[in-house]
Amino acid sequence: MLTKGIVRGIISNLVIVEVDGPVAQNEIAYINLEGVRLMSEVIKVVGKNVYVQVFESTRGLKVDAEVEFQGHMLEVVLGPGLLERNLDGLENDLDKMEGVFLKRGEYTFPLDEEKLWRFKPIAGPGDTVTGGSWLGEVDENFQPHKIMLPFVMKEEYRLKSIVEEGAYNIYKTIAVVEDQNGKETEINMIQRWPVKMPLTTYKEKPRPYKLLETGVRSIDTLNPIVEGGTGFIPGAFGTGKTVLQHAISKQAEADIVIIAACGERANEVVEIFTEFPELIDPHTGRKLMERTIIVANTSNMPVAAREASVYTAMSIGEYYRSMGLKVLLMADSTSRWAQALREMSNRLEELPGPDAFPMDLSAIISNFYGRAGHVILNNGEEGSITFIGTVSPAGGNLKEPVTENTKKVARCFYALEQDRADKKRYPAINPIESYSKYIEYPEFEEEISKQISDDWTEKVNEAKTRLLRGKEISEQINILGDDGVPVEYHITYWKSELIDFIVLQQDAFDEIDSVTPMERQKHILDMVTEVCRTEFEFDNFNKVADYFKELINIGRQMNYAEFKSEKFNDYYRQLQELVSQKSIN
Amino acid sequence: MAKAFQKIYTKITQITKATCSVKATNIGYDELATVNGRLAQVVKIIGDEVTMQIFQGTEGIPTNAEVIFMGKSPSLKVGEQLAGRFFNAYGDPIDGGPVPEGEERPIGGPSVNPVRRKQPSELIATGIAGIDLNNTLVSGQKIPFFADPDQPFNQVMATVALRAKADKIILGGMGMTNDDYLFFKNVFSNAGALDRIISFMNTTEDPAVERLLVPDMALTAAEYFAVEKNEKVLVLLTDMSSYADALSIVSNRMDQIPSKDSMPGSLYSDLAKIYEKAAQFPTGGSITIVAVTTLSGGDITHAVPDNTGYITEGQLFLRRDSDVGKVIVDPFRSLSRLKQLVQGTKTREDHPQVMNAAVRLYADAANAKTKQENGFDLTDYDLRTLSFARDYAEYILAIDVNLDTVEMLDKTWKFLSDHFKPSEVNMKKELVDKYWQ
Repeated sequence: MLTKGIVRGIISNLVIVEVDGPVAQNEIAYINLEGVRLMSEVIKVVGKNVYVQVFESTRGLKVDAEVEFQGHMLEVVLGPGLLERNLDGLENDLDKMEGVFLKRGEYTFPLDEEKLWRFKPIAGPGDTVTGGSWLGEVDENFQPHKIMLPFVMKEEYRLKSIVEEGAYNIYKTIAVVEDQNGKETEINMIQRWPVKMPLTTYKEKPRPYKLLETGVRSIDTLNPIVEGGTGFIPGAFGTGKTVLQHAISKQAEADIVIIAACGERANEVVEIFTEFPELIDPHTGRKLMERTIIVANTSNMPVAAREASVYTAMSIGEYYRSMGLKVLLMADSTSRWAQALREMSNRLEELPGPDAFPMDLSAIISNFYGRAGHVILNNGEEGSITFIGTVSPAGGNLKEPVTENTKKVARCFYALEQDRADKKRYPAINPIESYSKYIEYPEFEEEISKQISDDWTEKVNEAKTRLLRGKEISEQINILGDDGVPVEYHITYWKSELIDFIVLQQDAFDEIDSVTPMERQKHILDMVTEVCRTEFEFDNFNKVADYFKELINIGRQMNYAEFKSEKFNDYYRQLQELVSQKSIN
Repeated sequence: MAKAFQKIYTKITQITKATCSVKATNIGYDELATVNGRLAQVVKIIGDEVTMQIFQGTEGIPTNAEVIFMGKSPSLKVGEQLAGRFFNAYGDPIDGGPVPEGEERPIGGPSVNPVRRKQPSELIATGIAGIDLNNTLVSGQKIPFFADPDQPFNQVMATVALRAKADKIILGGMGMTNDDYLFFKNVFSNAGALDRIISFMNTTEDPAVERLLVPDMALTAAEYFAVEKNEKVLVLLTDMSSYADALSIVSNRMDQIPSKDSMPGSLYSDLAKIYEKAAQFPTGGSITIVAVTTLSGGDITHAVPDNTGYITEGQLFLRRDSDVGKVIVDPFRSLSRLKQLVQGTKTREDHPQVMNAAVRLYADAANAKTKQENGFDLTDYDLRTLSFARDYAEYILAIDVNLDTVEMLDKTWKFLSDHFKPSEVNMKKELVDKYWQ
């Protein structure tokens, strides 16, 4: 028997319910508002009074309204057909909703209930299976979507029967399993999982080591992220967080991309809705949307559901990882999620931590980032979730709780800098402040040497040193004046500018320049390194600037040209000639 | 003004500066009430104790005040009759005209389903190069002016509104001085645009908390015209900092824990709910919001501009260019996030690159100026950037210049050609070959 209750108090979306039976923390309850069912979640229990946060507006709600508890926590529905869906933070299919405006209490099922999937069995009768075991496979947008024994079935079962290859809908029983006591359970293609629980049906979680190519040079070349890695992008507004995040989600070499638009602008989601169905995945040649799932809880949608949205997205990611796929999860922005926690903690009158955020913020953030990672599944296959979150620091000040707590757990840090953005040096990732811890992993270095070349890491570090040196000199020039430093200083400075303009700066709106495959990144870094290693001689600093500006101009034209096209080769020749003219070796 | 059979409650249990509580049953959350004739709204219900926020404040409210619940949340009667009218924050006429007839709609209604939105793609021409050339506005966008109180933002906003070719202009005034209110009224009436204007006004003379209703009133009217009539609606909200001040007053009186700058922890969501009403609808109508956020001493790290910046699609800064003595839209700090949806597609192909090159060179000029001020010698290049910057500011950026986009581009090419070599502008060669003068 499910517990029932009656509304006793209402303060915005916090509702106090008097209950007649047992309830669990985080249990889901529906409040009946004159026939409209409002979904809510238990967040505090005091005696017979249960505090629930409502995922919708409570306008018009009255005391004495009836409440039905559901006996389970907030769950996601998992099954084939999630790809290409536009979901809200509670996994409702937004496309199935009627009308221009969102209606309260309208909940839609995220999967296609009629579609027939071509099912191929993997396991056979007699096999021992447990939660997460692969029973069979369907083709979901060219991805081998594994139908797994539901993760909640943690015991060992014997597979009693499994259907033959054929076309079935998600409700069709595809297998029957039997537990130790001989009790049978029918399995179809749908399962459910409570979003706040990490899905850990894997054998081990080794350190990640394999480059996840994003096509963004200042990430891949300078501070690479890896399959199963974690990264975060803090940046004040206007520094290009969103453009960068969209670029990564368009270009990254992942099987599945999940975008959690968490408390951000609706038009940014519209941009994804509009563009992704048209754009081509550079790695497979298919439509980008085919590998993408959008979880949209924009800033004007209910705040409580905003908190749920990141967990919904992560749980879906874990589901696909369990199939041995490479998942990229992007959350924009984790600060909005933290603010949702703050609003509720405030309404619960909890004692606040720094900046009025709840005291357990750091634990919440680190647990969440901890769910990402590269795993070896029980059957030996590998899967990964790479997680990149953006952070919107208040006032652009990185000394605030969300940024600081994220910095403790994320292994890549892409600092977007106002000054670079002001100068239109995009992407505005500060090359000196930013880091990737993965570069230091011996596993990574070994892998990247195999993939690109033995001297790759050396060249990357050399470029970084030059950028740092260039920055120091530019500060000196600002103090001492152009005349106040030797001409060699100008040469060193301009070499760093060359790296900045040709390697780091990238036009996200140019078809060719926006995405640079690793082969081309190698070409660029090799070329720039060669120029930087060349000794030059000039009479005065003016000539240094003029000369390097010309080099930079050619290098940029190269970046705009198709790789190894005639035009590209032509510019390359021009550049080499120009270098040999002034070289003194 | 109690109607027959309406229940009157008189058992007031608590009075604070902004709220009073009464014993009552069967009351809906957010419902409106009158307390001795003053408008109030339900903000908290615990058992049979209902707490209301009284918009005009609780001064003089006695413990035996008459409380009448109205059975509905704040609402506005929408219809064609709204056009050309001036209202207060409650939606009551202040222009002496009749109460408009129409369908009554609760204000602050639901959000647009994001999948039903269309991508904004229609350029809004203002003739001001700092906007059209560098930070192009698009219908369905939301963008504020970040301005110090002494800057002429209301004038620029009025210019933008009149040139924008909107079907309706809805002005939401919050804490506006009476002088500014009259300024808008005059400008619109001189331009013969009064029949396109709808105004909801809370001036500095009105109670501060009332202004919390203004944006929702304005946007409810806007949604009517944009969704039902497929019109292009431009909503002007000035000044959103005053709105935020009212939020902080309320949250303080309700004993909420303040977060940064004494603002409520929900500031981001509160502002987002307003700004996100800007949308391009599938049937052709649109709501564009141009707002004003006044800054204190240019500080954009304050919670109000900071949260606003994360919500809106860019921001516009005004500044006086001291070399030419004119007000310009600051090309460095201003940003329109939707500009790439129209630049180079709805405008000429060279638009994005010309814009970037000019701004970059203008930045070089600013560096040269710093060098000059610090007493260093200027190079030939520095001197050329400085003369370019003067031309660029005076003949293109100044807000009193009125050009169409093609003229802006051609003029910029001319100044680039006058002062630089093609290799110095860092543009695609194809464009340089085609447009260099």
